[in-house]
Amino acid sequence: MNADAFLRMEGINKKYGGTVALKDVSLSAELGEVHVLVGENGAGKSTLMNILSGAVQPDAGSISLGQTKVIMRSPHQANALGIRAVHQEFSLVPQLTIAENILMGKLPTRGRHRLVIDWPRAWETARGLLAELGFAGLNARTRVFRLSISQQQVVEIAKALAEKPSVLILDEPSAVLSKDELSLLFALIRRLKSEKTLILYISHRLEEVFEIADRITVLRDGEVVGTVRRDSIDQNELIRMMVGRSFEEIYPKRRTRIGDEVLSVHALSREGEFSGIEFSLHRGEVLGMFGLVGSGRTAVARSIFGAEPPTSGSIRLDGKPLRPRTPREAVRVGISLVTEDRKRDGLVMTGTICDNVSLASFPRMSRGIFLNRRLQELLVAGKVKELALRPQKIGAYVRTLSGGNQQKVILAKWLLCTTKVLLLDEPTRGVDIGAKVEIYHLINALVEAGVGVLLISSEMLEVLGMSDRILVMREGRLVGDVGREKASEEVLLQLAAGVGAAEGKA
Amino acid sequence: MITTAPLIERTRTIFRIRSSDFIFLAIFAVLFLVSSLLLETFFTSRNLLNISRQVVTNGLISIGMLIVILTGGIDLSVGCTVALCGIMACGLQRVMPTSVAIFVALCVGLAIGFANGFFIARFKLQPFIVTLATMGVVRGATYVFSETPQSPVDPLFRSLLGGGFIGAIPIAPLIMIGFYFLAWFFLNRTIPGRAIGAIGGNVEAVRLAGISVKGHLILAYMLCGFLASAAGIILASRLGIAQPSVGAGFELDAIAAVVIGGGVMSGGSGGAIGTFCGVLALGFIDNLLNQFNVQSYYQQIVKGLIILAAVISRRKK
Repeated sequence: MNADAFLRMEGINKKYGGTVALKDVSLSAELGEVHVLVGENGAGKSTLMNILSGAVQPDAGSISLGQTKVIMRSPHQANALGIRAVHQEFSLVPQLTIAENILMGKLPTRGRHRLVIDWPRAWETARGLLAELGFAGLNARTRVFRLSISQQQVVEIAKALAEKPSVLILDEPSAVLSKDELSLLFALIRRLKSEKTLILYISHRLEEVFEIADRITVLRDGEVVGTVRRDSIDQNELIRMMVGRSFEEIYPKRRTRIGDEVLSVHALSREGEFSGIEFSLHRGEVLGMFGLVGSGRTAVARSIFGAEPPTSGSIRLDGKPLRPRTPREAVRVGISLVTEDRKRDGLVMTGTICDNVSLASFPRMSRGIFLNRRLQELLVAGKVKELALRPQKIGAYVRTLSGGNQQKVILAKWLLCTTKVLLLDEPTRGVDIGAKVEIYHLINALVEAGVGVLLISSEMLEVLGMSDRILVMREGRLVGDVGREKASEEVLLQLAAGVGAAEGKA
Repeated sequence: MITTAPLIERTRTIFRIRSSDFIFLAIFAVLFLVSSLLLETFFTSRNLLNISRQVVTNGLISIGMLIVILTGGIDLSVGCTVALCGIMACGLQRVMPTSVAIFVALCVGLAIGFANGFFIARFKLQPFIVTLATMGVVRGATYVFSETPQSPVDPLFRSLLGGGFIGAIPIAPLIMIGFYFLAWFFLNRTIPGRAIGAIGGNVEAVRLAGISVKGHLILAYMLCGFLASAAGIILASRLGIAQPSVGAGFELDAIAAVVIGGGVMSGGSGGAIGTFCGVLALGFIDNLLNQFNVQSYYQQIVKGLIILAAVISRRKK
């Protein structure tokens, strides 16, 4: 730990309810440095940066800038100290224009009492900022809701840079940017670096980490594993630091006998989301689906599940045609969907474990409209035990559980119905490594029991480690169907990003 | 202690009572004791029975409101439903048997609820706006049906529902308590009841679990309309007259009772026991302020402050 570093965070602790998000974390960084934070989902990267940007208060620990200790109770105070953050969730107001968003709270005014907004000057300032970023093509008077996700990201960065911060935090900016936009962003980062800005960059794409980083700090399960210089480490070593065990230990993929076709999808399309999707899924098979954010993976799964029915194409389940118009119909025939955002559309947060696990199986535990409580408790308790949920009390409220256990509640919900096809959308997002491995074991057990699993994930290692076959999507189309043996990080990324001529079947 | 602790735990899980409910009951008991000591007239069977009859209207409406609030909705049309159904039950007695008149009035309540639920579920409209609109329609319909107060012609209607006694106990509060039992059973022990609670917690999760959201929303508003209608009929029976102007502000009292009883406007939280306590608390407070000769304007101020205090004390940290 460098005692005269510009930024020093020392002994930072943070708990959310019973879960430890950060444990005695220390970090130091210099002006003019690109410091990358890596770690798996839920390692604590975002929490640490939220603390630095004043959005979250630590339970213990200190932060100093220059040589002075600072306490930031709000993002506002952090801004005043020259710290700006660009989060994964955007803080833009969709109904307002780009200029208004960039200059929020500091729109130029004119007139004797400075009460009238000086629009021409506001647009000029915003235009200047965008041009500086290399995005002169964006009209400052466009309303933000008309922009693509990656354009919104650019506006968000412009907003952060409007005040010339000395510390800029970028939380996975590459997740939504195209290859070209990313190279513009990297050029910008290099320029900011030469202007002596400290850039803290969160990422879990190793390639870009090695391209942009000066130093890398690795977090795992809320603790710092170490800080290393980029040139003193290679990718494999970095992966080992991130996950703390070898690849085989985490992804316990077993060969299972692949059976008959259970689900087949033909020319499936949904306007504005995806088109011409074709694949088949067999019993006992894990079919991986990889693609960048916005490539249409989630929409395909939701369509098969009837949440947003397809506009054309056909689906067959066990050889019989299926047209699910509502999730209800899909559930009835044995299709389950674990959604990517468990809090938004997976869990009833006001309910207990029992309430949530029962949700899809009411017909099984009732006589007419009357709930058979004894049977309900028996069935739920069985699953809770089987999945080693903690706590083992079925009356515990789900909002008090850790991310991993919440995810298990959702899995338990679907395991309680008779499932033929399980659609998993980012099943291990925000889950600690222990629970992750348990979920992988569970997937293996299901597959052995003859369930067909579609595994959607943006975590490359997960897809590679768990799948028998991998589909790759880009811009709403299926661009690859890669066998397990031929799949590699490189192949998948090339297909997903649309570079090279690797397109097609392999 | 060793033997009672699991028993209490067991009781709590069976009835789904939370620790905040216990605190609430304790405050309630203290309030009760203090008023009994301060006021000779408070703890008399006459006064207590009086209170029990006065809370029936709000008590019944609050059950319906609770069900709707559990789904994350609100029903502003209950006050007008009280007026319309009360006046129909009385007015129709001139042309048909009393029992049929009551049946028709209850069906009208169900129909109003169905309309609310249908527009909210089918067109995904905001409950506040839809029920605000039906509130206007129903109030207007009440005046169309009868601009003048209606008296029931059947003496049995008065003596049985609103004014009747079984021994020393008035009938109306018994009906209300019966409905609370049913509501508790419905919300905790039936599939639609559990689904309604879950919808308020996370409507998308319920939809994706393969449960019909539309059907359950419509059911919730129909039950609310039905209970408001029953409240209107019993109120008309107790007063011996049904006025087209009655019921203004009843929706707010019902919302207050649900919220004081632990309900949350965003849905998913609240229960029959809590709401029952909320109804009683409001009833007692009204009664006490009356007995202390507090002017009705001040009463409103006090009630408003109590609602605020209840919500603040239940706030999650």
